[in-house]
Amino acid sequence: MKLSRLFTRVLQRELQLAYRRRADLANPPLFFLIVVALFPLGVTPDLERLATMAAGVLWVAALLANLLSLDLLFRSDHEDGSLEQLLLASSPPTLIVLGKALAHWLVTGLPLTLMSPLLAMMLALSPAAMPLLMLSLALGTVTLSLVGGIGAALTVGLRQGGLLLTLLIMPLFVPVLIFGTAVVQAAGAGLPWSGQLALLAAMAVLALVSAPLATVAALRIAVEE
Amino acid sequence: MTPVLSAQSLRCERDERLLFDRLDLSLMPGDILHLTGPNGSGKTTLLRALVGLGQAVEGHIQWFDGQVQSNEKIWYIGHRPGVTLLQSPLENLRYALALRGLERNESSLFEALEHVGLRGYEDVPSRQLSAGQQRRVALARLFLDTPSISVWVLDEPLTALDDKAVELLKARIQAFAAAGGSVLMTSHHGMSGDAVRTLALGGAE
Repeated sequence: MKLSRLFTRVLQRELQLAYRRRADLANPPLFFLIVVALFPLGVTPDLERLATMAAGVLWVAALLANLLSLDLLFRSDHEDGSLEQLLLASSPPTLIVLGKALAHWLVTGLPLTLMSPLLAMMLALSPAAMPLLMLSLALGTVTLSLVGGIGAALTVGLRQGGLLLTLLIMPLFVPVLIFGTAVVQAAGAGLPWSGQLALLAAMAVLALVSAPLATVAALRIAVEE
Repeated sequence: MTPVLSAQSLRCERDERLLFDRLDLSLMPGDILHLTGPNGSGKTTLLRALVGLGQAVEGHIQWFDGQVQSNEKIWYIGHRPGVTLLQSPLENLRYALALRGLERNESSLFEALEHVGLRGYEDVPSRQLSAGQQRRVALARLFLDTPSISVWVLDEPLTALDDKAVELLKARIQAFAAAGGSVLMTSHHGMSGDAVRTLALGGAE
């Protein structure tokens, strides 16, 4: 069987499982919606002041929403033994992990990206920055899903891994947040933004090639006990 | 004839207790190696180390003289059988095959599930099945015709099964060995037959 065929199989399985667990799936978008909606109520209804912080608020909320969903990435697979089977597959486990990360992005990063223009309007983000908000979120959440996979793999063996996962993975999320926000802010202010966007893309590529390797290494440790 | 598996001077220490030391084992085509021993004697640890799921065991382990990638040729069924509860038996079986790079048509998958007594349960979510039935979902793969698989590594395959299923699986294991396959298994049930060799762990306390 070709590797691409296995990859589609894995993706199909993950999306099917995500659909069957759709109550969990609704959490990140809902969290994103609530946090962003509370800002005008809690901070200020003044559109000008909201517009200056819109980029940061949207990015922080998207990042936290993503973090919320990471804990579940490998948990059920670990509990039922599927993780062992994954590591003993005849094809490289990195490919399977990549499939899982892509599925995770499709069910969290992508919905967050698609929701973002609507929420940006609530925060009076300048219309010129909208396309870049979406682009930076799409690129950035790819990195978050991949890098988050490492943290999820490291903590899957622990009973209460949630807090540790956050602490472990937050430093790696911060650069994505900084450059993601920078792109949107620069675009809103009419400044050049291509450099920041290129860095965001570079991070996504780096995560794409290295995160699956690290994730598989972490999973090997996790199944050992 | 080259051995399927040869392992020398295996040693495992856990929590300052020596589980086994200077253990040699080899597995030839047609062999059934039955690991026995009391609970906690290191059977599962040994099996997991042999398939490459842990570093708790020191020693030299070589599959197929180191010539082929061993994962392609081994079915490993562990304590946790790797049955996804949100998926039906049919989907589980198909995914298990995909991880070995294999595909079978629908009718042979149905046939394998029927062999293990899951007829009529093919599309039921596995979480609605009983513990024994869930184990049968994992075991169904052993009833498929998969020429590329030449070794079964089974950790307690007979637990949670009823008497009839135990006999069925034992017969299947014997048939697989008779056809040139090798089986490495742990079980508290007795196995009998010419091909069966027993290795007892934890006797030297």
